[in-house]
Amino acid sequence: MLQDKDRIFQNLYGLHDWRIKAAQSRGAWVGTKDLILKGRDWIIDEMKKSGLRGRGGAGFPTGMKWSFMPKTEGPKPHYLVVNADESEPGTCKDRDILRHDPHLLLEGCLLAGFAMGAHTAYIYIRGEFYNEASNVAQAIQEAYANNMIGKNACGSGWDFDIRLHRGAGAYICGEETALLESLEGNKGQPRMKPPFPAGVGLYGCPTTINNVETIASAPDILKRGGAWFSSMGRPNNVGTKLFCISGHVNKPCNVEEEMGIPLKELIEKHAGGVRGGWDNLLAIIPGGSSVPLIPKSICDTVLMDFDALREVKSGLGTAGVIVMDKSTDLIKAIARLSKFYKHESCGQCTPCREGTGWMWRVMERMVKGNARLEEIDELLEVTTQVEGHTICALGDAAAWPIQGLMRHFRYVVEDRIKNAGSKAA
Amino acid sequence: MPKLIIDGTEIEVQAGTTVFQACQQAGVEVPHFCFHERLAIAGNCRMCLVELEKAPKPIASCAYPTADGMVIKTNTPMVEKARKGVMEFLLINHPLDCPICDQGGECDLQDEAMAYGKDRSRYEENRRAVTDKYMGPLVKTTMTRCIHCTRCVRFITDVAGVEELGATGRGENMEITTYVEKALTSELSGNIIDLCPVGALTSKPYEFKARSWELKKTESIDVFDALGTNICINTRGPEVMRILPRLNEDINEEWMADKARFAYDGLKRQRLDRPYIRQNGKLKECSWDAALEFVATKIETAKPNEMAAIAGDLCDVESMFALKELMQSLDVQNIDCRQDAAFIPLETRAHYLFNTSIAGIEKADVCLVIGANLRWEAPLLNARLRKTYLQSKLKVGMIGEELDLTYPYSQIGTGPEAIDSLLNNTHPFAALLKNAKNPMIIIGSALMTRADAPALFQKIQQLIDTFGIIRDDWNGYNLLHKAASRVGGLDIGFVPNKSAMNTEQIIEAAQKGSLKLLYLLGADEIHLKPHQNCCVIYQGHHGDIGAQIADVILPGAAYSEKSGTYTNIEGRVQRSEMALFPPHLAKEDWKIIRAISGAIGKALPYNSIEELRYQLVEKYPHFGHIDQLGQDKWQKIDIASSSKISDKPFLNVIQNYYMTDVISRASLTMAKCTKDILNIQEQHENKRVANA
Repeated sequence: MLQDKDRIFQNLYGLHDWRIKAAQSRGAWVGTKDLILKGRDWIIDEMKKSGLRGRGGAGFPTGMKWSFMPKTEGPKPHYLVVNADESEPGTCKDRDILRHDPHLLLEGCLLAGFAMGAHTAYIYIRGEFYNEASNVAQAIQEAYANNMIGKNACGSGWDFDIRLHRGAGAYICGEETALLESLEGNKGQPRMKPPFPAGVGLYGCPTTINNVETIASAPDILKRGGAWFSSMGRPNNVGTKLFCISGHVNKPCNVEEEMGIPLKELIEKHAGGVRGGWDNLLAIIPGGSSVPLIPKSICDTVLMDFDALREVKSGLGTAGVIVMDKSTDLIKAIARLSKFYKHESCGQCTPCREGTGWMWRVMERMVKGNARLEEIDELLEVTTQVEGHTICALGDAAAWPIQGLMRHFRYVVEDRIKNAGSKAA
Repeated sequence: MPKLIIDGTEIEVQAGTTVFQACQQAGVEVPHFCFHERLAIAGNCRMCLVELEKAPKPIASCAYPTADGMVIKTNTPMVEKARKGVMEFLLINHPLDCPICDQGGECDLQDEAMAYGKDRSRYEENRRAVTDKYMGPLVKTTMTRCIHCTRCVRFITDVAGVEELGATGRGENMEITTYVEKALTSELSGNIIDLCPVGALTSKPYEFKARSWELKKTESIDVFDALGTNICINTRGPEVMRILPRLNEDINEEWMADKARFAYDGLKRQRLDRPYIRQNGKLKECSWDAALEFVATKIETAKPNEMAAIAGDLCDVESMFALKELMQSLDVQNIDCRQDAAFIPLETRAHYLFNTSIAGIEKADVCLVIGANLRWEAPLLNARLRKTYLQSKLKVGMIGEELDLTYPYSQIGTGPEAIDSLLNNTHPFAALLKNAKNPMIIIGSALMTRADAPALFQKIQQLIDTFGIIRDDWNGYNLLHKAASRVGGLDIGFVPNKSAMNTEQIIEAAQKGSLKLLYLLGADEIHLKPHQNCCVIYQGHHGDIGAQIADVILPGAAYSEKSGTYTNIEGRVQRSEMALFPPHLAKEDWKIIRAISGAIGKALPYNSIEELRYQLVEKYPHFGHIDQLGQDKWQKIDIASSSKISDKPFLNVIQNYYMTDVISRASLTMAKCTKDILNIQEQHENKRVANA
């Protein structure tokens, strides 16, 4: 279990003041200048050593991502964009950082921005996060007032501006290139890759997009050293991570824990256990709505990190743990997710635009058992026709929950169809 | 130069080539809907997915850049599954209304469905229905058929440059729309009909009229502006069903202006299909023999200096050539092909051509436009300028009326004083011109038709000298004519010699009565009330202004009804084919003139169009070089003119883009455009009647 001294997010629950003075007393903006003076290469190197993997869901090594930015600034400026468009169902970690510890994020912006040669950072915050945007905006003002950012930020000689931009509440704008489009004032639709944002990003300039948690972790990692961070967790899955536990647990919560903690331990220790006891557990979606669910048999032993969850054909995603006990109508739950993805598909590319609606409609019928048994395989084929054929990952995200359901609970769907048939007869 | 392997064949392609293009070069066909080589890449239809070795997922070939050592496979089960999957998705919400769809037979979706579609649908839910959108009188929409490829949006936004089309809504609720119920205002809007790969956007005038396979296709040249757009006239029996563009990279790429595309219904209305002679103030039908005899008598009773001929804007070179020879045989020098009385320097061919060439615009970096409404006088030329602006930030300066060119430009002034502000370097645009690598100027009709044009051309020569517009390897001097016949007419010297009368003087003489015979060859844009002593012969195809004042009408052929030669603004000689026969008793124009020459006993020495062309080439050899650009030597514009330059602003000569000539004025579609797009209603009609 994570010890208190190793916590990065000390005000996760908002028990303390979030403003700059209090944040400084917790360590934010302390020694920032010295870190910058150690140079760009040192920062990137230290991030690489720390083994931090992106906390937005895909888990791409952060240090490596930063190193993709051009080494020297060409005619085009570099940009850092922080993805604060946290919209994944079951996920609420960034929200607590934004409202309770915004200065961690801002300090991270400065360090990350410096490391990639960016003088400007944009924080794209979800439109629904009104109070959070308000806190971040005030924190930015405080940081400017205290010369933490702006001209000669922290006295380091590096000029750095941070701009806050509020989105309008589209899930797809959390996809990094759709976010860039939206930030530029266009319709939020993902771009084709390549070119990758590190080459052609915001306004056609080299850009790195990072998740809030990733950026907010950076100052502590640099201050305490990459080795400290990588000493926690398992190889390739190191450090601490915020987990969001929701659903049928006694005490839903956000908690910072060591990577690789057993799922059962995570729920029992921090969330007060599954409602009605562990044996009442049916299934868990371990990483936000887009990853396939896992049944209790896997939940018993699985560790919460990227690789362990991938081995069981699910994923860590954003670490939004959605717990479902035996009272859950799983088909209905997954159908609801299908509806979500159908609603949030941007409509740009064919498989997702047409496929999400198709999948949702079939799922809705399956909730009632109003389908033929062969349709289960048909539905699975449709999911594979969407998966991997779209511009962005939303198509995959729409396909996986259904695949997870059919992989582990096909018999439930079959029973529902059969029973509905016999009732009709 | 990256080398890659496509389906086992190694191919070397140019750097920057996409995988899709590389596949095309390798002769491998890749199905696609959203990709179009002249539009921005969208990559959204996902039909062009191919397998890239070592990539976990298939890639969209249209958007993927090639790299050295790539191994591409287009015939694997993975690719097959991806394409079939996409096709199934496209079809689940596409209505099965091919039998009543105008796109049927030339539909990309139909074609690809033959290759990748299933024979039945697995989709058991309700199909999506989408409300049709109003896009004006030209484009019909059936939005349920839309496959959201966004070609139309990209064309209207990027090429046409008006942001009037876009997508609203997300996911399966995404709809292509004009945002508000409003007609598209672009002069190029018809092109989205060609671009639409399905039947979502079809031609409104062509609605339910014909099937593509029952149409006869004839290659022709457009005459509604002077660009010489390459077109294909689609006919069924004696009727033009529609007109489509042909590919010509040097002129129109594959676009076409709306007037050229949609004015064809004017070819069926107001036609002069038999000869007439005016008797007691009324036009009476007569036979060809009677008409020819009437004309012959009139010619024989007039002295050479009492006769004149004016050629109109839509004439082919052959008929003008024959008329000129006829007039020469009568010793008549009063001939003019400039019915707008424009002043045009004629010392060398380069003086009246668009020397930079249309494709050459893309090499220019600064462009000065004087007295031209580019959007209305030459929509595709304007599109080329916009393309150059997008590609290489072409800077445009404008002297004349302010208007929306679809790209930013600096308004230098409205009248001749603005030219001075450039010459004496008091306007910042002068510095741009000075420092330009390839500067060009475009001079429009608003300048040429002014009384002080000769003096203004002296200023133009000063501009050329000051700003280095003409070098050995660059000629940036361009006249923009708006009549399709103009350059051809100038080429064959259909202009009066020094002592003879030009259009203006001819009209004056006709009104005074000192002229006994006025021959109008399709000349309708002139406004005169002829004196009773003056006999007006009108040869043309539409009952319009010319016919109203005629004493004898000789029914000719419209551009679709004859094989003709046209020289476009660049001096490019192009030839059209006859798509259908002239209606009823009407004849090809050169034949009418040949018949007159016979009737007066001075038969022109040709009995077929080939013989005529042979003589034409004998006299003017460049007419033998079809589709080629000549190399015309530049010489200084040297005009002795003491006329004072007026400070009047340059006023655009076209008041209504959709009605500029006899055909478009007779077109119902163009009338609808005038009403619905330009919101011009009665005033225009009134003005025209008053002028006549």
